[in-house]
Amino acid sequence: MALSAAKLKIGDTYSERVVDDLTRTQIVMYAGASGDYNPLHTDQVFTTEVAQYPGVFAHGMLTMGMTGRTLTNYVGDARLTKFGVRFTNQVWPGDSLDTKLVVKNFTESKGQKYVELDVSTVNQDGKVVLSGYAEARIDP
Amino acid sequence: MAVTKFPIEASHIMMFARSIGDYNPVYHDAQYAKTTEVGSIIAPPTFTEASAQFDPDCVLRPRPGHPWFGSGKHPTGIRHEKDGGGIGSGLHAEQHYEYHRPATPGDVLSATVKQGRSWEREGRSGKLSFSEFVTEFRDQNGELVVTCRTVGVMTQRLSPQT
Repeated sequence: MALSAAKLKIGDTYSERVVDDLTRTQIVMYAGASGDYNPLHTDQVFTTEVAQYPGVFAHGMLTMGMTGRTLTNYVGDARLTKFGVRFTNQVWPGDSLDTKLVVKNFTESKGQKYVELDVSTVNQDGKVVLSGYAEARIDP
Repeated sequence: MAVTKFPIEASHIMMFARSIGDYNPVYHDAQYAKTTEVGSIIAPPTFTEASAQFDPDCVLRPRPGHPWFGSGKHPTGIRHEKDGGGIGSGLHAEQHYEYHRPATPGDVLSATVKQGRSWEREGRSGKLSFSEFVTEFRDQNGELVVTCRTVGVMTQRLSPQT
């Protein structure tokens, strides 16, 4: 369902848990679907022994994809006009992530109304792993 | 990383949506999708990332006969700098999308990539080198579908190993 400007106000929030106990298998699924087979995400031997990270970690774009699900659940299908993020911390297997959207502003162009949203995704320790913005077309 | 032909396919969208945990039927159920505003299955917002599957030279995909930097018999298949050392030391710092219209199955997109700014700053574990590029995805009629701006970062910590 699309959002309606008449029912929204600045400061409104919407939250979803986007993943609970992220599995290595889900990271493998993302590698397979996206075509990003960087072994940093799926190959524990390479990641610890060669790259010297504590272990495999999620693609930033997996976190952005999961965050995008919260956005489209809120604004409706095919309503997004902008979506941009910075990846601020790594996401590890076992992490649980929550995405929060905050209504920041309303704009109008050529008779079409838009909502601007702040977007953030935090892990179970409250650490921000992704922060950004989105804009979507809304109904009057 | 120029993708000249990125066919948008329903089964690819279904697999991609599953991988991000998105079971919205607009990504897999054509009958349901007919009842929506767009009237068709659509690609999720970050789906153009999967254009890597249609990049014949994607360096993040193993190819027969070429050394692969991930593990097999050894922790890495790259034992010499000339074999492609350095791959994999880059991370994704930012990603920005502008959506012009939803991509739907049947579209065939093509990408053009332009190099943007590059800059450096000190990070928690040494110097970080950022570089930006802008990718435009156009449809079979030359119309813009998605514009992406990607910022990558090379970290110093990996360079001694790779």
